[in-house]
Amino acid sequence: MPRWAMVIDLDKCIGCQSCTAACRAENNVPFVGPEQAELGRAIFWNEVLFHIEGEFPHVKASIIPRPCFHCENPPCVKVCPVGATYRREEDGLVLQRYERCIGCRYCTVACPYGARYFRWYDGEWPDGVDRYQNPDVPLRPKGIVEKCTFCVHRLDEGLPIPACNQACPTGARFFGDLDDPASEVSQLARSPRASRLLEDLGTEPRVFYLKEGA
Amino acid sequence: MEEKEHEALFRPLEETGRRFYLFIAFLLVVIGWGVFAYFRQLRLGLGITGLNRPIFWGVYITNFVFFIGLSHAGTLISAILRILGAEWRRPFTRLAEAVTVFSLPFGAGSILIDLGRIDRLLEVALHPRFQSPILWDVAAVSTYLISSVVFFYIALIPDVAMLRDRYPRASAWRRRLYQVLALGWKGTEAQYRRLESVMGWFAIFLSLLVVTVHTVVSWIFGMTIVPGWHTAIIGPYFLVGAIFSGVAAVGVVAAVLRGVLGLQRYITPRHFNYLGQFLAALAIAWFYFTFAEVLTTIYGSEPAHMAVFFAKFREEFSWAFFSMFFFCFLLPLPILAWRRTRTIFGVVVAGLSINLGMWLERYTVIVPSLSRPRLPYEWGLYTPTWIEWSITAACVAGFILLYTLFAKLFPVVAIWELKEEVPELSDALERKTTEALSP
Repeated sequence: MPRWAMVIDLDKCIGCQSCTAACRAENNVPFVGPEQAELGRAIFWNEVLFHIEGEFPHVKASIIPRPCFHCENPPCVKVCPVGATYRREEDGLVLQRYERCIGCRYCTVACPYGARYFRWYDGEWPDGVDRYQNPDVPLRPKGIVEKCTFCVHRLDEGLPIPACNQACPTGARFFGDLDDPASEVSQLARSPRASRLLEDLGTEPRVFYLKEGA
Repeated sequence: MEEKEHEALFRPLEETGRRFYLFIAFLLVVIGWGVFAYFRQLRLGLGITGLNRPIFWGVYITNFVFFIGLSHAGTLISAILRILGAEWRRPFTRLAEAVTVFSLPFGAGSILIDLGRIDRLLEVALHPRFQSPILWDVAAVSTYLISSVVFFYIALIPDVAMLRDRYPRASAWRRRLYQVLALGWKGTEAQYRRLESVMGWFAIFLSLLVVTVHTVVSWIFGMTIVPGWHTAIIGPYFLVGAIFSGVAAVGVVAAVLRGVLGLQRYITPRHFNYLGQFLAALAIAWFYFTFAEVLTTIYGSEPAHMAVFFAKFREEFSWAFFSMFFFCFLLPLPILAWRRTRTIFGVVVAGLSINLGMWLERYTVIVPSLSRPRLPYEWGLYTPTWIEWSITAACVAGFILLYTLFAKLFPVVAIWELKEEVPELSDALERKTTEALSP
């Protein structure tokens, strides 16, 4: 089986959040409304993180799209008391059994990347939007944890490209098999520009970033 | 036999005033309100709490650690004093053990209240993963709950048998309760010998379990790589804090029972003097752990850890951090260290202060760490809502209710353990201490 990995070229990312929008539509990620979002209840399986230092106009801005990193050594899987979050044997994807999760939120606490989201409420579907729910992805109830799956339903159907990658207008995202030395991702992952977030924690993420301005 | 002499201990079981019913009604109202809040949370989801991302754990988990901590003194005091053969423990052990038995359900319960899907609790039994510290906790806390209930109960049997024989005309349910719980106790010498031997072994087992349980509770936090949690000191630090708040609670409970039930003859200023000294020592131990942790963090100055430290020291959690320090150390230590203020009232003031402080300590361990994740992108402010406060109040009221009902149905002092030693209790104690200290 392939070892799926993603590479995101930060030089090409323009922070448009098309990936987030595509992911939301693809994975039936619910809306929470601006008020709840302000309270920190928004759910983004793929979130574009903005970090701005300094004051205008002398700013240094960095933009990082962040899906789940599908770590080789995932801290979230370690702590789950019921095996609701698990590493799939054949390809090492870190997945969630929605029907088993008891909502203790230990995994959300343990993940150093904040890639996991708790369903504080039942999902909200603005009028008409529910007609566009994707039948390939299960709807999740309130009280459980969910997160990016690398679009596992696509991978399992033989479509090796997550929705976020497909939607990226600048082609900043790459997806493929890390075990195939000829694949684009494995070549990019070996580039001197490639690095991973909080690498020193030993989590071995499978999402690589290509540094800006190199 | 002893019964006549200890008539005062039966009085609460025989006379029930209006104040008692009013008090129970008040507790039931508080609990009812908390139950209403919980059902609201069940229906609408945890979104009606103040929790968010990244502060996924808040008041409920604080209550979990707090109540488990509270439960740590009763059994420990009772078991350790039994092992040491301290005679003055005799009128004291049951009321201390009751603190353990009645606070534990609210510790375990708080974690259930925190679950997003309580309806799937069975999954923990169907698909347990012992790799998760939560499973260690399930194992440790349930073992502790069962063992301390058994320890508490077997020491109750002779007295229950006494009640069974004393109240042949009590209401039917009460007769039946005493009948069943007495397990056909006859009070033969062989039975007493067996009881003492079981209690002795249990005391050793429970003393060890006390260490295990609270260390494992801390490991829920310590085993993650969250800044501020991932330290080796967290286990012993939690343990000392647990014993600290538990002993303080025993002091408060003992003073209240002494006043309300008229136990002046049994619970004496001497007991409070010892409790006060023990608490003063624990306050110093607690300070030592706090100091060691803070200094290690500051000296190392790793950014992720410093962010958590500053959150507590001078940012939005500084109110909690400094009030914790005041209530755990600055206020109680002088009261307890000075002989003239180490009175019953002094122990009560210090005890309440320590428990407030220790609740804040649990809070400042849990929440600030979550508010400062390693990546500088997600920030959250956490303000608990009325739902969380109502449920917390209901837990406290529940603890008091269980205790009150117990004190209404059973003597809070183990009558069979007193034998004839009570009048000379203080002298006997004095003698024992002098003997122990003399070469």
